[in-house]
Amino acid sequence: MLSVERIHSYYGKAHILNDLSFEVRRGEVVALLGRNGAGKSTTMKSVMQLVRPKQGQVVFQGENLIGQPAFRVAKDGIGYVPEDRRIFTDLTVIENLEVGRQPRRQDAPHWTVEQLFEIFPNLSERRANRGKHMSGGEQQMLTIARTLMGNPSLLLLDEPSEGIAPVIVEQMAATILKLKAEGLTVMISEQNLHFARAVADRAIIIEGGEKKFDGSFKELEAHPEIRDAYLSV
Amino acid sequence: MAFLFAQFLTGLANAAALFLVASGLSLIFGVTRIVNFAHGSFYMLGAFIGIYLMEILPGAVGFWGAILLTGIAVGLIGAFVEMVVLRPIYRAPELFQLVATFGVILVIQDLALMIWGAEDRLGPRAPGLRGVWRIFGEPVPKYDIILIAITPFILFALWYLITKTRLGVLVRAATQDREMVGALGVNQAWLFTGVFALGSALAGWGGALQLPKGGADLLMDFNIIGAVFVVVVIGGMGSLPGAFIASVLISVLNVFGVTYLPQSTLVLMFVVMAVVLIIRPYGLLGREEVAGEHGQVGAPETPIRPYGPMGQALIAALLLGLALLPLFVDQFMLILTIDMVIFALFAASLHFILGSGGLVSFGHAAFFGGGAYAAALLVFHTDTPMELAFLFAPLAAGLLALGIGWFCIRLTGVYFAMLTLAFSQLVWSLAFQWRAVTRGDDGLVNIWPSEWLSGTETYYYFALILGVGGILFLRHVIHSPFGYALRAGRDSPRQAEATGIDVKRVQFVAFALAGAMAGLAGGIFVFAKGSVFPTELEIAKSFDALIVVFLGGVKTLAGGVVGAGFMTVVEDWLTRLEYWRLLLGLVIIAVVIVMPEGIVGTLRTLWRRIRNTDEETV
Amino acid sequence: MSEILRVETLKKSYDGFLAVNGVSFSVAKGELKALIGPNGAGKSTCFNMLMGQLKPTEGEVFFEGERITGHKPRDIWRRGVGRTFQITGTYQSMTVIENVQMALMSHHRKIFSFGSRAWKLYREEAFEFLETVSMQDQADRPCSILAYGDLKRLELAIALCHRPRLLLMDEPTAGMAPSARVELMQLVADIVRDQGVSVLFTEHDMDVVFAHSHHIMVLNRGELIADGDATAVRNNPQVQEVYLGGGTLFKEESHA
Repeated sequence: MLSVERIHSYYGKAHILNDLSFEVRRGEVVALLGRNGAGKSTTMKSVMQLVRPKQGQVVFQGENLIGQPAFRVAKDGIGYVPEDRRIFTDLTVIENLEVGRQPRRQDAPHWTVEQLFEIFPNLSERRANRGKHMSGGEQQMLTIARTLMGNPSLLLLDEPSEGIAPVIVEQMAATILKLKAEGLTVMISEQNLHFARAVADRAIIIEGGEKKFDGSFKELEAHPEIRDAYLSV
Repeated sequence: MAFLFAQFLTGLANAAALFLVASGLSLIFGVTRIVNFAHGSFYMLGAFIGIYLMEILPGAVGFWGAILLTGIAVGLIGAFVEMVVLRPIYRAPELFQLVATFGVILVIQDLALMIWGAEDRLGPRAPGLRGVWRIFGEPVPKYDIILIAITPFILFALWYLITKTRLGVLVRAATQDREMVGALGVNQAWLFTGVFALGSALAGWGGALQLPKGGADLLMDFNIIGAVFVVVVIGGMGSLPGAFIASVLISVLNVFGVTYLPQSTLVLMFVVMAVVLIIRPYGLLGREEVAGEHGQVGAPETPIRPYGPMGQALIAALLLGLALLPLFVDQFMLILTIDMVIFALFAASLHFILGSGGLVSFGHAAFFGGGAYAAALLVFHTDTPMELAFLFAPLAAGLLALGIGWFCIRLTGVYFAMLTLAFSQLVWSLAFQWRAVTRGDDGLVNIWPSEWLSGTETYYYFALILGVGGILFLRHVIHSPFGYALRAGRDSPRQAEATGIDVKRVQFVAFALAGAMAGLAGGIFVFAKGSVFPTELEIAKSFDALIVVFLGGVKTLAGGVVGAGFMTVVEDWLTRLEYWRLLLGLVIIAVVIVMPEGIVGTLRTLWRRIRNTDEETV
Repeated sequence: MSEILRVETLKKSYDGFLAVNGVSFSVAKGELKALIGPNGAGKSTCFNMLMGQLKPTEGEVFFEGERITGHKPRDIWRRGVGRTFQITGTYQSMTVIENVQMALMSHHRKIFSFGSRAWKLYREEAFEFLETVSMQDQADRPCSILAYGDLKRLELAIALCHRPRLLLMDEPTAGMAPSARVELMQLVADIVRDQGVSVLFTEHDMDVVFAHSHHIMVLNRGELIADGDATAVRNNPQVQEVYLGGGTLFKEESHA
């Protein structure tokens, strides 16, 4: 579904992603693991074209995304939830969702506001509230719901558990599995290995912008040295 | 009583155009974070295009149709400007965009001159609304009543658009985080263009609607922009109801001012603004601008270092060259060099607060002209000896900066910029309207240096020593603990406050110091020219300094000086041409787009690239 | 142990919304104390009131027995309270050592000095502080190119400059890799031990909290629901419910 081929991305002069390739297959949940600064967020942004890779290709459903503006990537069906959440704090919950609204898409689950309120009951209670008075967990829920309003076929979640109370992280895991059951393909980036293992089918480990591991969690457990070398859990 | 009411109605009617222009500015700022200086130019275009269309479209239908079409035409021009000039530089620091919009002002000024000529034009009267209605026995123009009736509908329509429609939701979302809006599938490039076009159209409508009450002339752009900034500052940036209330307030006050205090119409507006800001620093309905919210930072600045042997040698050679200059060149070149030194000091003083302090002042001319006027007034009215009067220039400018700084330093970002501009307009209006003291636009003349300084060569050395001395002094301050504290307050005000630095006080002192140095430049200026006119206090003068600092490069210490040299030469050369503003405007726009680091910055980057290409790959 | 900071029924409301509702606690001399709780529980609000960035609606703050409620941040700093921020606040246009020198200039009240050249002042002293946080090798690098973890350490060095007796750290390890987190907190623990500084910090990483703090306070919806040592807090049923969760997902993680 998504194929990232030998991309090189820079942040200013710093070479962040070095010849990175991987694939995401339809219907799976993939976890992108690695230390802080390993390049996880840059990978997500490179797919979204928020960071423009200088070399390589990002192919989504047969179409090369390189050079497309970010809104075009979103319209193509990739939903992006950034790590720092970035909800529109001056807008109400309903208005936040409105910003994300896009037309129905053939190959992806379709969401309405009411369906999303069923998945995220907290948001329903606060529908007329402005974003700024919401807790971090609620904000995180809102960013995910907002992105789902675009009816994406692939969802990119950048560090969804960062800065969230453990009890909310558990709810989040359940939600992601629910989304997967609805037919959504998901890629999450994580530092929290336990959370990743709870939701994902496959792990990709990157370090210094290079891929170090790509396989199931079973394989990863069989190689504790990889885990110790790159995840420092 | 009836008379007062009629006056009040006139004020309300005048508010219509002001509100339209101000709401357009506010809207554009909200989404694009650009303070569109060219907004006054769109207003002027609206007036000229309006007259043109009203002439070819007959009757009442033609009149209102012309107004409608005018807005659309100006909106299209706005969209064009946005796509060509602003789109390439949205990621650049705010100052670049400001300078670019200033380039647009120059271009539009000359284009308007080319197309419509220099003559003022009276606006046509509205068909069917020529007479007056009597209200409590007082005559009130029918057109005024119509305007009063229309304005609430405009307010409501805008309010509805912003709060109730999907477009409004997107606009408000983009105001906060444009990149995220894009990542959610919204084509933000078009959203920006659309908003810019709408804002421009509003300004165009404002220009067309005021035609039956006024007309069109080439000074409209700068004349309205001061008032619009006052309105936006009083009402609160980004608040439509605030802009409405402030427009009414200012317009009504203006009408009463004309009747009861005809000498102070311009000043009155700024007094009201000052009062409002003492009570509510972010305007009547505005909110605090959180610093750094806009997320628009350029490349990080490299730490400052004193010049190495190479740099010192260069400066020494330059100074030596300047000192020996009278041996080689004629009078004309000496006078041009004096201009250059004056401008360099003026620009360096702005660069000091702007570069090191991060305080983007739009009203720096107040201190340059203020210093010049202070010295000239003493000489003119009291025959003070030149030496004493000259000393008074930096002193008075410094005191003026203390006064203005007291209001402005409390604010940050755009509010600070607008307020400094409004205050400089206050100083300008004093010089312009207080004829008994300043002789208005006749200026103060015959302000010559003392006998011993009167030769061009002698005065050249006088200007050189003080000008270069001033610049070196500012440089020295930048390297002192005070200069470091100033930069600390700019880099991270929170950390600075949390480690015992009184950021506002540091900025206040720096502001006064910069004011005094600008005043010193003004002092050298007034005795070099022998006269001073209100033009030295105009917005255009402040912008000249901003452009120079920008051209030279904000992040390089030598930026102001190099930019001033460049600008003096270019202006001297360009002003010989008829449409020099057009060319200068285009040059400015080109530089903004092509050399975003300024002259010095670009040269330095080039130099580094030539010298060590290997280090580029980290 | 005598107390260095005492907070009495602190309250803060924003347009009717009670962000902090009657919080009282104290920090003892030489203590490393954590303040944890869900996002939006009022931790940052609490911190900002201690440091003077926010004025409390009600309640008092005492530092070494003296009332500092509502004082300006810089006054509180001068009394001997240091602070680090969740999002680092360093001076990007200066070198690493100049960042520290800046704080020293402020400490020695040299801010309004125009005569001397700033980069020559207190350089040796600044270097010593950089050594404390093992940043001496990077002293002359521009601050803008530092790695995130190094920025955090630099900020710590800045906060130590005026030899504070109390250090407030807002999420000191947020955004750091797990190994770097442990290193930084070990450094803080060393400073607490060697210099007798008291530290109050907020944190989300439970490993860090349980491994390094002497006492832990839990804030929820603006109210303090627990204040005790690690075992007591971990076994507190209310804390488990609102914050730590049932632990189904994180059984292995509570090994600290």
